[in-house]
Amino acid sequence: MSATGLGASVKRKEDIRFITGKGHYVDDINRPGQAYAYFHRSPHAHATINSIDVSEALASPGVVAVYTGDDIAADKVGGLICGWMIHSKDGSPMKAGAHPVLAQGKVRYVGDHVAVVIADTLAEARDAAEKIVVDYGVLPAVPDPAKAVGAATVHDAAPDNAVYNWHLGDKAATDAAFASAAHVTKLDLVNNRLIPNPMEPRAAVGDYDSGTDTITLYTTSQNPHVARLVLSAFIGLAPEHKFRVIAPDVGGGFGSKIFIYAEETVCAWAARKIDRPVKWTSDRTEAFLADAHGRDHVTHAEIALDANGKVTGVRAHTIANMGAYLSTFASSVPTYLYAPLLSGQYNIPAIYAEVDAVYTTTAPVDAYRGAGRPEATFVIERLMELAARETGRDPAEFRRQNFVTQFPHQTPVIMAYDVGDYATALDKALEHADYKGVAARKAASAAKGKLRGVGFSAFIEACGIAPSAAVGSLGAGVGLWESAEVRVNPIGTVEILTGSHSHGQSHETTFAQLVSDRLGISIDNISIVHGDTDKVQMGMGTYGSRSGAVGMSAISKALDKIEAKAKKVAGHVLEAAEGDIEFKDGKFTVKGTDKAIDFASVALQAYIAHKFNGQELEPGLKESAFWDPTNFTFPAGVHICEVEIDPDTGVVTVERYTAVDDFGKLINPMVVHGQVHGGIAQGLGQALMEGAKYDDDGQLVTASYMDYCMPRADNLPSFKVDTIETPCPSNPLGIKGCGEAGAIASPPAVINAITDALGHEDIAMPATPAAVWRAARKRVTRQAAE
Amino acid sequence: MVQVAMTVNGKAVSANVDPRTLLVQFLRENLRLTGTHVGCDTSQCGACVVHLDGKAVKSCTTLAVACDGAQVTTIEGLAHGGKLHPMQQAFQDNHGLQCGFCTPGMIMTAVDLVNRKGNALDETTIRHELEGNICRCTGYHNIVKSIAQGARDMAAQPQAAE
Repeated sequence: MSATGLGASVKRKEDIRFITGKGHYVDDINRPGQAYAYFHRSPHAHATINSIDVSEALASPGVVAVYTGDDIAADKVGGLICGWMIHSKDGSPMKAGAHPVLAQGKVRYVGDHVAVVIADTLAEARDAAEKIVVDYGVLPAVPDPAKAVGAATVHDAAPDNAVYNWHLGDKAATDAAFASAAHVTKLDLVNNRLIPNPMEPRAAVGDYDSGTDTITLYTTSQNPHVARLVLSAFIGLAPEHKFRVIAPDVGGGFGSKIFIYAEETVCAWAARKIDRPVKWTSDRTEAFLADAHGRDHVTHAEIALDANGKVTGVRAHTIANMGAYLSTFASSVPTYLYAPLLSGQYNIPAIYAEVDAVYTTTAPVDAYRGAGRPEATFVIERLMELAARETGRDPAEFRRQNFVTQFPHQTPVIMAYDVGDYATALDKALEHADYKGVAARKAASAAKGKLRGVGFSAFIEACGIAPSAAVGSLGAGVGLWESAEVRVNPIGTVEILTGSHSHGQSHETTFAQLVSDRLGISIDNISIVHGDTDKVQMGMGTYGSRSGAVGMSAISKALDKIEAKAKKVAGHVLEAAEGDIEFKDGKFTVKGTDKAIDFASVALQAYIAHKFNGQELEPGLKESAFWDPTNFTFPAGVHICEVEIDPDTGVVTVERYTAVDDFGKLINPMVVHGQVHGGIAQGLGQALMEGAKYDDDGQLVTASYMDYCMPRADNLPSFKVDTIETPCPSNPLGIKGCGEAGAIASPPAVINAITDALGHEDIAMPATPAAVWRAARKRVTRQAAE
Repeated sequence: MVQVAMTVNGKAVSANVDPRTLLVQFLRENLRLTGTHVGCDTSQCGACVVHLDGKAVKSCTTLAVACDGAQVTTIEGLAHGGKLHPMQQAFQDNHGLQCGFCTPGMIMTAVDLVNRKGNALDETTIRHELEGNICRCTGYHNIVKSIAQGARDMAAQPQAAE
């Protein structure tokens, strides 16, 4: 392994601009003559719009234009779309209400977009927005997904607020497993609603060139080509060849920047309308109100065991909150990203899941780090832990007994696990966590009047999303390949143009490591270009831990073509048959001779084209590739959380957190560990602190950092992170993906630890000090009663 | 409009600004020093931290006119003579950043922390002192390591006064 090749913890190339304040985020971009957009948002969760009076706003100083839903409709701008069709179990297609860019006739959540003011300065736009007068006819709010059926109708297209009633698995076989079970464990679970909160709020600058009739949209996107596709083909702002989308440095996404939102659409549309650049930057309150939220499941789940402790069946019924509109990929999250993972790491013969997706008067809910897989992991890992406790089994050994050990393994819920070694990860995690010392540490805590508990989470996820035909058969409206182009310059430097997008993932370093490794050139001579539809040929973007397994595989495939072409050129230069040329460590040699030429010289020869017939061999050295995965990838691991609870205050301290993950081959362990740290922190946030709350009137009462508890440095411990490696067989690099693992694995590990400490299961996420204090009191009360 | 004059990263600057202009707006929009970021509107996240007369402040809740005559240092003013400040270098060495958005505020806070608490910082102190800076990417693990190293390296390489 070279110092900068595959497997090396190379320091990041992109860091220099970020640590010196020279990054280029969207809000750092100003265009000449730019105007500013500010949105007038609904203060009501659910209301008809009887009238909108914008006259005073229009007369306000500096105002250029005020637009409402009527203006959007008059321009025949299409509505926002949901790109994944789900069919209910009766075969009917999901019932999707219209999702206008600016509200038409009705608002459906607090923060819904009613009008936009465009003015010379942001302050003038904000001042004018306050002068818009809307006559609302307030309707009953529907904030609670569990009570959505039978409540006020959010969309006429969806009676009873039911979007779909979907199912997966063999109900009869599963019911039979439960009928003959020796033990059944049952749980009611709420997967709490989260607000993603990347530190960079969303932003957009729409820019229109009337000379070429071209729109350029600078936007905080994880997938600029998908944004262009949707804005062109579905919303109809401009055809793709007249529409450039640029996503420069983007400050975190975690899913929330996948989606195509109203604000970015309005900036692109209005820029042409007023023939001036239009800029919008979300403030944090707007981000809380109108970024797509995550999770929000209410689930009843059961697990069946035989007398020997073998799991024989799992069944779950879930109510999934879609919010007020179906966001871009919302429908896929509680269905195909959720139920196929309910098998966990276990050999379970029968699984059946039912999911009722409902509309409510809350912000749209869509993919947030993990997307469906954390919800599935929470179900199966809470069930496994509780089943072990109820039957008097050690939770680690109970899991081990049920692990899948033979690969490939076909689960009863779609997925074919390709490779893994779950027992080794468990062993390593037990060792790192000093599991043998738990009893002594519990006793030491008890001696101080504290409660100590340990919780496990043996997670699996499906990522590397995904084989296009497979997801197409499940309802996806797009293919989920990735594209790459390798441009070798005449002096041997290389530009990689990738459809993946880095918003923290470190692609400028890790992708360069692959190229350096393959071509034997310095990573300083490689640049990674992403985030610009005019530069990169195509792309599906970054989410679902796919940039390594899918994005880098596309680069690898293009590099194969570069190597093949370069060998032909080298053959001509070295006057040898192409078949006799070997390429290693950046050098082309003729087999059995000392004749050699380095990569840069071959590049130059490819462009000079003096040594070969340009009719027989094309000059130049540039290749592109599309990589369509052959399977999902299956990262898995074992996380162990150890907490100490102060029963007098309810404060939970995470004393130890151990993660042993199998991500297949690692490109850059430093970066992989960083991804795991961040994921764990978000999962600990979900388990202990974070929770979006709407009141009965549908007002979001957690709409600032004063009210929504983000994990701070002093809430978290340092983490013990390690890996094992079973190379993924379905891509050329053997990598599985690491971006979401921490967020998927950690919530059940934490809650299992807390319930272990409390001695009962009655605690919901987030396990805030107030909730834990109440739960700890209950324990004391129960003990006294006993 | 009001006249405001201050020294930013060693350079005298002045402008006529709307009285409600915040220091962060003055830095970002008037001076185009866009390394200082805005991540929230309640003074919680710390992406906007700069040094005002040598002390860390949140520039999103400081009026530009209140800084008349002051010395301001931003993330762009931390490196000298093409050499990274030890705290900047420590963040790269320890993978203390991912998306980079919170990073300028983190680094400015960290330098201020060392100025106040010295060069030998334990994990508890660092974590406690980071209460006013939110990072969503790193889980803070590597930020804590970065600051510990940066603090030690600042002792070895005394910095010019701001």
